Amino acid sequence: MTQPETMQYAIETNDLSIFYGKFEAVRDVNLKIEKQKITAIIGPSGCGKSTLLRAFNRMNDFVPTSRVEGEILMHGTNLYSKQIDPVEVRRRIGMVFQKPNPFPKSIYENIAWGARINGFKGDMDELVEQSLRGAALWDEVKDKLKQSAYALSGGQQQRLCIARTIAIQPEIILMDEPASALDPISTLRIEELMQELKKNYTILIVTHNMQQAARVSDYTAMMMLYEETRSGTVIEYDETKTIFTRPKDKRTEDYVTGRFG
Amino acid sequence: MTKFTYPQEQDLQRFVNARYRTAWIWQIVFLSALLLAILSLSALSLDVVDGAFGYVAYEFKKDPLTISQTPIDDLQKEELLTILQTSLSKGAYGKLDKEKPMETRTAEDLYSLVLERIIQVKTLETFPLYDSLFRKAEIEAYVQETYPDARLEFRSWLTPRFLTSPMSSRAEFAGVRTALFGSMWLVTIAIAFALPVGVGAAIYLQEYARKNFINTIIQMNINNLAGVPSIVYGMLGLAIFVRAMEAFTSGAMFGITDTNGRTIMSAGLTMGILVLPLVIINAQEAIKAVPDSIRQAAYGVGATKWQTVWSHVLPNALPGILTGSILAMSRAVGETAPLIIVGASTFISIDPNGPFSKFTALPIQIYQWTARPQGEFHAIAAAAIIVLLSLLLTLNATAILLRNRFQQRF
Amino acid sequence: MTEQTNHHPSPPPASFRPSDLKRKLRIGEGAIETLLFILGFLTIFVTVSIVIVLGDQALLFFNDPQVSFREFFMTTQWQPAIGQFGIWALVSATLTTSLIAMAVSLPLGLSAAIYLSQYASPRARSVLKPILEILAGIPTVVYGFFALLFVTPLLRDLLGADKLGVYNMLSAGIVMGIMILPLISSMSEDALSAVPNSLREAAYAMGATPFEASIQVILPAALSGIGAAIIVGISRAVGETMIVAVASGATSKFTFNPLEAAETMTAHIARISGGDLSYNTIDYNSLFAIALMLFLVTLVLNLISQWIVSKFREQYE
Ligand SMILES: Nc1ncnc2c1ncn2[C@@H]1O[C@H](COP(=O)(O)OP(=O)(O)OP(=O)(O)O)[C@@H](O)[C@H]1O
Ligand SMILES: [Mg+2]
Repeated sequence: MTQPETMQYAIETNDLSIFYGKFEAVRDVNLKIEKQKITAIIGPSGCGKSTLLRAFNRMNDFVPTSRVEGEILMHGTNLYSKQIDPVEVRRRIGMVFQKPNPFPKSIYENIAWGARINGFKGDMDELVEQSLRGAALWDEVKDKLKQSAYALSGGQQQRLCIARTIAIQPEIILMDEPASALDPISTLRIEELMQELKKNYTILIVTHNMQQAARVSDYTAMMMLYEETRSGTVIEYDETKTIFTRPKDKRTEDYVTGRFG
Repeated sequence: MTKFTYPQEQDLQRFVNARYRTAWIWQIVFLSALLLAILSLSALSLDVVDGAFGYVAYEFKKDPLTISQTPIDDLQKEELLTILQTSLSKGAYGKLDKEKPMETRTAEDLYSLVLERIIQVKTLETFPLYDSLFRKAEIEAYVQETYPDARLEFRSWLTPRFLTSPMSSRAEFAGVRTALFGSMWLVTIAIAFALPVGVGAAIYLQEYARKNFINTIIQMNINNLAGVPSIVYGMLGLAIFVRAMEAFTSGAMFGITDTNGRTIMSAGLTMGILVLPLVIINAQEAIKAVPDSIRQAAYGVGATKWQTVWSHVLPNALPGILTGSILAMSRAVGETAPLIIVGASTFISIDPNGPFSKFTALPIQIYQWTARPQGEFHAIAAAAIIVLLSLLLTLNATAILLRNRFQQRF
Repeated sequence: MTEQTNHHPSPPPASFRPSDLKRKLRIGEGAIETLLFILGFLTIFVTVSIVIVLGDQALLFFNDPQVSFREFFMTTQWQPAIGQFGIWALVSATLTTSLIAMAVSLPLGLSAAIYLSQYASPRARSVLKPILEILAGIPTVVYGFFALLFVTPLLRDLLGADKLGVYNMLSAGIVMGIMILPLISSMSEDALSAVPNSLREAAYAMGATPFEASIQVILPAALSGIGAAIIVGISRAVGETMIVAVASGATSKFTFNPLEAAETMTAHIARISGGDLSYNTIDYNSLFAIALMLFLVTLVLNLISQWIVSKFREQYE
């Protein structure tokens, strides 16, 4: 089987602009995200990183004023075309949020619920175990699966959220500053976990931590604001090595070396 | 330089002190408003208690000791029946038997009959608790003088018998059993209507409604309905449930033919509509309190809107919704005016046997008894108020417990 | 790290079909949303029913040859038995009792609110607030009992039994005031606490005492919210039935003298419909005309207060 050209990327955007009402928060983004790689999105606060990330799995649909122009293609299909089901998109593209947000239910239920609503057929216990192992959490929680997820530490909660996401077997996992609410050790564990996960998943991560971006990601997209319109856009997108050692754009260099602003 | 001067040194100190003094006086004034509120509440409670207990001057046609050695309070059903058979005339007994066969009547019923028909207690005057406790001698002297044949006895109008006896035209035998059943039926129907409708509406407004004209109107309208006088709901119930929907509310549709539209069903639905805005507003608050991160988490794993609402929003809002419903129930228990309009029966002594029977309710009895001029009716009104307030207290305590037990965990 | 790969959930299915992303027909979702909308819309239906039901019967009343609009709104005798329908006979009592109620509840409720929001320690609040909540939760028929059998005898002792009858508007009005007090107090308290703290700090920085800050800065800033509380209070007083039905007398009379007995609009409806009234008589229809007036008056009052509250909220958002 020969793959069409569009299939070689996990997801790509064509002239993507995202609006909140009249305000164009993100403008003209063209990205091709590699499969089974980690791509970091970096940039100063308010430049639209979260907005862009949330556009990928249509979480912005819940902001009534939000609107998208341009395309986001997955397997050649525009995720914003009329026939696409946003619920289905979110099943294919999972998301881990900045603040750990487990459901106020048991650890077991946190994972089982998503699987159940998505019509999972099979051994639920096994899925729960596999997902927890996948998120490097199994050993810590295997004796207290029936306990409330709220009893876990912040870092454990975040790994539970990751386990919950991989349980429904998405292709892409979006992470919006997944470690920013965690201590350094928990952060390290999440980073190790990401390296494991990329064997099976494509990962997009927003981070403010330059070292983190340099450590974990294969590709990096640098975002910046247009001065006049206050809209954010991707000014440089390349392999992480390149971005951090020989950036083409002066602004990128200033930013990654901490000389920005 | 001297054009703008402020008090200095000692002047300043005096000036500031004077300001503090004014503040202090006003603080006392503000506090006294609260004290007055507390005073009113105490006066109200004491007044009720004062009315529900106290001396009663009464006389009877036939001394109970002449009919039975044991006090009649302790008699069994059979013995009561024998007393009635022997002491009543054949005609009178037959008539009672025809109303409801004597054998099938409860001991309570027979006891009341004995008191009413044979002993024929007649209350002459009642005295409030305070006077009974502290001015006993005066009362005794007064009764001796005005009613030489009367007996004076301390009586609690609130007794277990008061709770279990049906309505009676004589205050001495009347109870709130019928009214309690009526109130329970009423509240059940009201909440069975208002809870699902109200929670559904609240979910719609909080989770589904976009900000457009129609939804703004719905929200505004709910806030307004919460302020519509209850008597207007009564008129609505009268026109719609009692009259327009008589075939349903009278039970004629279901083959019940002995009532008109003035049934528990009409009253319950009216009350349901009355508490609906309350249920909606409380449920909205509860749903609002569920943090958005939980919704996002659910959507993030590919849940649809309803799956998110059903599995996460509702369970987390449930304690708040239940608390709100209990508050709505206590509103329905105490509300009187709409029941008068919808046509609660004022005199009814048979327990309601279903949603399509005639009924009376606790607040209706209180109203009726308060409106009577005789002291003994005021006494049972006070006793009924104690019953009503205890009921409300229980409901509210449950609500508070529920709230504390399931405090938000987020 | 030796056997990590064994435990990974299987990678996404290789045979991914783009059509899987196609919008699914979720009939259940749509049906549920429609059902919920209907439930929400039902509340509009309630209001519409009220207007239609009251309006319809009121129209029958005004179309009766015995009644004229002019007579209804301009005369002061209400005696259905002899065909006199002057609403002022009832309105006068409603106004009098409501005014007394506001005269009692406004100063008390506002003072209580100021104390609770500006002075009371958290501990004092936790004791005092529930007391007001209890007052708010007592059924009005119980207040009626209290008015007739406690306040009236007390007033008759104070003013003289010859001046004040067993039924009078004064006692009903006072007790109504006590009933409304918690409402005024809690709404005013909300308004006072909504004033941003920066305003208070600004006053302190100018050398104001806590009292001066509360009265001269916070209170004026909360005035519109308090206004809304007053309006809701009036609307509650106008619509209150049981207290007046029990304590203020059962004869309609055009009077503003609080020492006299007179029947309010609500009490009249309760008394007449409480008896065995036959449908479609002029008496019966007249009740709907009164109820329509009640509804419209309270509706306007509630709308005004809601409008004030939303303006007020905007101001400090
Ligand atoms: N729900 C919203 N409605 C309106 N505007 C929004 C909304 N969310 C974000 N914005 C605006 O869009 C712009 C981009 O916001 P976004 O949250 O994407 O930035 P970010 O790069 O993620 O910032 P940070 O690093 O602080 O998280 C900002 O100007 C923000 O104010
Ligand atoms: Mg962000």
